[in-house]
Amino acid sequence: MSANHPLSPIHLQIMWDRLIAVVEEQAQTLIRTGFSTSVREAGDVSAGVFDLGGNMLAQAVTGTPGHVNSMAKSVGHFLNRFPVATMKEGDVFITNDPWKGTGHLHDFTVLTPTFRRGRPVALFASTAHVVDVGGRGLTADARQVYEEGLYVPIMRLADAGTVNETLLEIVRSNVREPVQVVGDLYSLVACNDTGAKRLLEMLDEFEIDGLDRLGGHVLERSKEAAIQAIRAITPGSYKYSLMLDGYDKPIELVATMTIGNDEIVVDYSGTSPISAYGINVPLCYTEAYSSFGIKCLVFPKVPNNAGSLSVVRVTAPENCILNAQHPAPVAIRHATGLMLPDVMFGCLHQATNGNAPAEGASNLWNLMLMGGPGRVAGDPALLTKATPFNIMSFHSGGMGARPGKDGLSATAFPSGVKNVAVEITEAVAPVVVWRKEFRTDSGGAGFYRGGLGQTMEVSLLEDAPFALSATFERIDNPPKGRAGGQDGLPGVVRTESGAPMKAKGHQTIGRGDRLIVEMPGGGGLGDARQRAVADVLADIDAGLVSVEAAARDYGVVVKNGALDTAATEKKRA
Amino acid sequence: MATQKQNPDQRGVRLAVDIGGTFTDLALESPQGRFSHKILTTPRAPEQGVMDGITILLGKAKIEWSAIDVFVHGTTLATNAIIERKGSPTALITTQGFRDSLEMAYEHRFEQYDVMIDKPPPLVPRQWRLEVTERMNSRGTVLIPLDEASAQALVPQLKAAGIQSLAIGLLHSYANPAHEKRLREIFAAALPEVSITLSSDVCPEMREYERFSTTCANAYVQPVMAGYLGRLEQMIRAKGMHCPIYLITSGGGLTTIDLARRYPIRLVESGPAGGAILAARVANECGLDKVLSFDMGGTTAKICLIDDFVPQQSRTFEVARQYRFQKGSGLPLRIPVIEMVEIGAGGGSIAGVDEMLRIGVGPESAASEPGPACYGRGGTKPTVTDADVALGRIDPARFAGGTISLKPERSNDAIAGVIGKPLKLDDIEAAFGICEVVEENMANAARVHAVERGKELSDRTLIAFGGAAPLHAARLAEKLGIDSVIVPTGAGVGSAVGFLAAPVGYEIVRSRYMTLDNFDASQLNALFKTMRAEAAEVVEPATRGRQLHEHRTADMRYRGQGHEIAVTVPVRAYTSNDRELFHQEFEKAYAALFGRTIPDLGVEILSWTLRLADDPPPVVKAPATPKGGKARSSGKRQLFDPAQARMVSVPVYWRPDLAPGETIEGPAMITEDETSTFVSSAFNATINPIGYIVLQRRLRRAEAA
Repeated sequence: MSANHPLSPIHLQIMWDRLIAVVEEQAQTLIRTGFSTSVREAGDVSAGVFDLGGNMLAQAVTGTPGHVNSMAKSVGHFLNRFPVATMKEGDVFITNDPWKGTGHLHDFTVLTPTFRRGRPVALFASTAHVVDVGGRGLTADARQVYEEGLYVPIMRLADAGTVNETLLEIVRSNVREPVQVVGDLYSLVACNDTGAKRLLEMLDEFEIDGLDRLGGHVLERSKEAAIQAIRAITPGSYKYSLMLDGYDKPIELVATMTIGNDEIVVDYSGTSPISAYGINVPLCYTEAYSSFGIKCLVFPKVPNNAGSLSVVRVTAPENCILNAQHPAPVAIRHATGLMLPDVMFGCLHQATNGNAPAEGASNLWNLMLMGGPGRVAGDPALLTKATPFNIMSFHSGGMGARPGKDGLSATAFPSGVKNVAVEITEAVAPVVVWRKEFRTDSGGAGFYRGGLGQTMEVSLLEDAPFALSATFERIDNPPKGRAGGQDGLPGVVRTESGAPMKAKGHQTIGRGDRLIVEMPGGGGLGDARQRAVADVLADIDAGLVSVEAAARDYGVVVKNGALDTAATEKKRA
Repeated sequence: MATQKQNPDQRGVRLAVDIGGTFTDLALESPQGRFSHKILTTPRAPEQGVMDGITILLGKAKIEWSAIDVFVHGTTLATNAIIERKGSPTALITTQGFRDSLEMAYEHRFEQYDVMIDKPPPLVPRQWRLEVTERMNSRGTVLIPLDEASAQALVPQLKAAGIQSLAIGLLHSYANPAHEKRLREIFAAALPEVSITLSSDVCPEMREYERFSTTCANAYVQPVMAGYLGRLEQMIRAKGMHCPIYLITSGGGLTTIDLARRYPIRLVESGPAGGAILAARVANECGLDKVLSFDMGGTTAKICLIDDFVPQQSRTFEVARQYRFQKGSGLPLRIPVIEMVEIGAGGGSIAGVDEMLRIGVGPESAASEPGPACYGRGGTKPTVTDADVALGRIDPARFAGGTISLKPERSNDAIAGVIGKPLKLDDIEAAFGICEVVEENMANAARVHAVERGKELSDRTLIAFGGAAPLHAARLAEKLGIDSVIVPTGAGVGSAVGFLAAPVGYEIVRSRYMTLDNFDASQLNALFKTMRAEAAEVVEPATRGRQLHEHRTADMRYRGQGHEIAVTVPVRAYTSNDRELFHQEFEKAYAALFGRTIPDLGVEILSWTLRLADDPPPVVKAPATPKGGKARSSGKRQLFDPAQARMVSVPVYWRPDLAPGETIEGPAMITEDETSTFVSSAFNATINPIGYIVLQRRLRRAEAA
């Protein structure tokens, strides 16, 4: 099919669609064969195809925005170390460098060059979160990246088809679940191979030799569409800052977003310095969540590729918490990074005449629970009889209210994770979840109400203590409302007995005690006293808003189950 | 296809009726042959359309009501009641602390970049999700006994609210249904008029959200369906039809009217299931052990993998997807279903241009009102049908047997205005773009589906039916690397015809968590014995002594994984030595899906299924296709040939004129009342001895070069 063929523009589109299908298939292969809970349940993977210059042409839409362009950039690092000209058929490259990959050691990225008739035509890259990398495990408690586990610099995983057994042996010897981790590395290799196979079929079907023309078309069209979208919002400089609880002291994230004619520049000057604990963020991950937040509001339908991603530039001063330098600890970089879309929305709210959601819970409220010897501080005599377990289930508070709609309750954002059923959790571990319900009045009041958080209450079936590895946020700093909307309720972590609990770190719940987590609600948007009375009454009927809060926050007075019209009018006047 | 009376398994005169959203399709098979009829659905009283249709069809066939030996019925009523939220006022009774499971769902957004999505509202609103004090653990051991007073206390509220149906769903009731059963006794005594659905009956499976969702959906449609089935049965009996009545389930089996009243949720998606059964029967007739069925109608396309004449089965279904047919935007149901991918790609799918100047097609549909632009009923947006008209694939004078006269100029205007102008393409190029995009969308959906099932596509035969499928099957096959396509006869009432090929069957599931390390053969034997007895109770009244086949699967996974795979296990009593066999079968199935196994990792089992069914009606195998001459065309038509990238004059063939063995060279069109088959230049066509059109790919380009 020549470029002059009258149907050429249609074929370019079909090939573009196919390229996206190829990377979706690549990602599906990875998700379905992966072991780590975050891979399977949360789709914490990414997959993409690149031209020989390292420009990403297509990326699968997966559960994590954290790899949005961090994986794209990682390919550039691979090429700096191993130029395409030095690559052979059957080579596979690998790294888990947090600064050259996707932000922490748990993420492995694998790059595979694709050859056709002896010539390289494309590169496939994929990233997956593995179960374990040794070290302290997935906690914020380390003080340097050296404590966080095994560090594999960019190197060959396979050399012309021969697997690097030395590397695999080192991996096996340094992680707690060697079978699963090495299995996941093979999944990464296999999914790139799936992508390559489909790409080669596509090149045959469309009778083209490479991706040059198609790639140019994809990047140009996407960049153009993204620029058009930027031009639709008001140019200028917008500043927003957000307070976080941090690990041992509060953190301020400060962004200045400058919207120009054809790009958006985000600078994080003024942001707090790095933390002593592993909630620091390498710049690649800061870029990912900043780009994601902007994309959601500005050009949600433009596919991710080097063209569309090039219109957002992110800078941050070295060794602020959003541009942590080696060897800062970074294992829980997501606890901080997940908050960046809220910061972007705060800037865009100003640039779009209020067309942005309020702040939400944003950080995940995952229950990482463990029990048994070696996992819990407690009486060793009791622990020897306790069933050893280690489980992770994903849970979320409320999303911020949205322009035109209430926020979604107990829904992950910006992460794309799914929860784990309580019945599954209770089948695989000796725990009981006694309660998992919406937290009344937790959604920030507003013309549009913030989404509700939820309350969960957990205990052990056995007569033994158990432990929680917490990475919670928004306990001291609730999600803010916007445009007159009220804040959501902050999160709470406590035990039934009243023993003090912290937002972050490994902690023990004593025998017979219950862990209670109350997740934050999203912020409200607009004036609560203007919210339609009928909507407030519906929320009262459903038990989402109490009668007291309706009167206090919304000025809607209900007495003996009926609206008190006169009192309501008076309050709302 | 006349039936043969001497076969003892034959079931004489057999009538099938499929109520769809727009049409009610009827098919009748008798020793005299097959008769079919299509009549508009009468949504307010669907039984009326059924009765009218049967009367007409029996007239055509010159058969009395009393002469019918079997009546098979499928309906979208349950699905529609859920989509349109027209079910009965329903309450959920659940374990204290868990009334929000139904609404929290997966705590997940099904669309990553759209912050404005709405989640599907649950069928039971929060104020009608009520709690009782009780608790089991995952082994079914009571942690908190049922506080009966807490249940009694709910009665006045339920009465006052006019609740007509109760869904009872307690935590871990799949492991021990005692509390749910006791609650049924309490509420049945206090509220005798109210229907009651127990989660441990309708879906005794682990994972509370899916189980409660299924239970609530069943409760929500139960009064509606029971009323309808009762009225229909009465009317039919009054006419003198005394034969057994079967309902077709989403799993593709037949069930009794009694069971349909108890578990109406198992009837959703029965129409598409009928299509897949038809495709399986066609595959069997033609001796094709690997096929891909492709059913494309006005709004959606459905694609199903069929190996060894059995459609792919699953127990996961989502009803009422409300966001671009996207996964996650509907309500999950755990019921036995024929597994299909459904995408928003049909004749009525609307085409547009996005911000990257790319053509997009569907999932929005012009439906029947206003319909595609060429219907001339006010539709101004170009649809797939409009593109087919512009490319010459549809003859405007003969569409739908000539019942709708199409206006091709309206198609051209719509295509030019919406697609051609912004993309600087002429009308024909723009129309071709629409078809290519919709075909590519379907091809991509099929590819992803095959990957998920660990299957290849290129070695399959495509079986195309439904009004729009034969128009697009050739190009879809080209894109999937498929070499042959079959267009069966009777494709226009395909689901109803499929119903007649379904076996009587029933599937039961039970969750019993077990690790292979603690393989407990005696527990399993007891479990399967109970399940078999339960299934037999349902199936035997309908099969009347015919031989039954049992099929068992185990939902297994490596310890710590999140998804199970269904592994077929032998039907017999197990001993402790079978642990190794289960392990081997699991690894075999895992390797087939994922290409490898993981050594040294434990295996766990979550659920067990047992399916009991009789044989489907026997199939007459198609003899070899005789050598025939070139078919005679009935005229010429201007048709767009993608290979030459221009309109060319091609022969048109009238399908009823074609004789077995006759051949046709693409590009060509084969027309009939219900649809047209596009033979692209990559294919030749022939007619097989049972009248099916068979497209066979000529040498592939790469091979020819």
